Amino acid sequence: MQRVTAVALVPLTLWLAVSLFARARGEYGAFILWLRAPFTTILMVLLLIALFYHMALGLQVVVEDYVHTERMRIPAVVVIHLGCFALAVAGIVATLRIAFGG
Amino acid sequence: MANRERPLSPDLQIYRPQLTSVLSITHRLTGVALSIGSPVLVCWLIAAAAGPSVYATLHGFLGSRLGLALLFGWTYALCFHLCNGIRHLFWDAGYGFELRTIYASGWTVVAASAMLTLAAWIISFSLHG
Repeated sequence: MQRVTAVALVPLTLWLAVSLFARARGEYGAFILWLRAPFTTILMVLLLIALFYHMALGLQVVVEDYVHTERMRIPAVVVIHLGCFALAVAGIVATLRIAFGG
Repeated sequence: MANRERPLSPDLQIYRPQLTSVLSITHRLTGVALSIGSPVLVCWLIAAAAGPSVYATLHGFLGSRLGLALLFGWTYALCFHLCNGIRHLFWDAGYGFELRTIYASGWTVVAASAMLTLAAWIISFSLHG
């Protein structure tokens, strides 16, 4: 899944970076309008899922390589996965609130 | 199971730095740096959902000197990790393992990530001032 998410993230991060640099000084209203477009909402949710999945797996490898005591390693991996899961959910909920909010 | 002290693989400091090893560790470092930056993306979405005043506060911080420096660093980290990640995907597919190709693709990553970062910021500043 590290590779699968990597393949997904190549176009998704390019899209986000180009969109953000194009709107670097954008007004709040314009930004909300952009995020509300169905295409943007879908890509943003996909990006958040792929990004935090990729991040959890990547950080897990780093921890497994450098933390040699099992007593520390297993809790660290659990914290990483739960943290990434929470960040992904928070980001998706915020995106959907903007998309469907009044 | 008895957990005896077993030998670990040689550590980083033992080797003379080479392009290949430096790019490998940089891929890790930029990955960790981007992980540290990823909550900013979530904060920014939450701030946008919370309303104009919260959004303006975050925008103000990101527009400050510290904010711009962090954003510049994350732009470079993203460009490097993206370029080198594509290099890794080619390796996964079984291409580019000749030593010459490894060095050529390595230098390409160094040049491309620097140029992409500078291009993004120059274009952004020329668009928005």
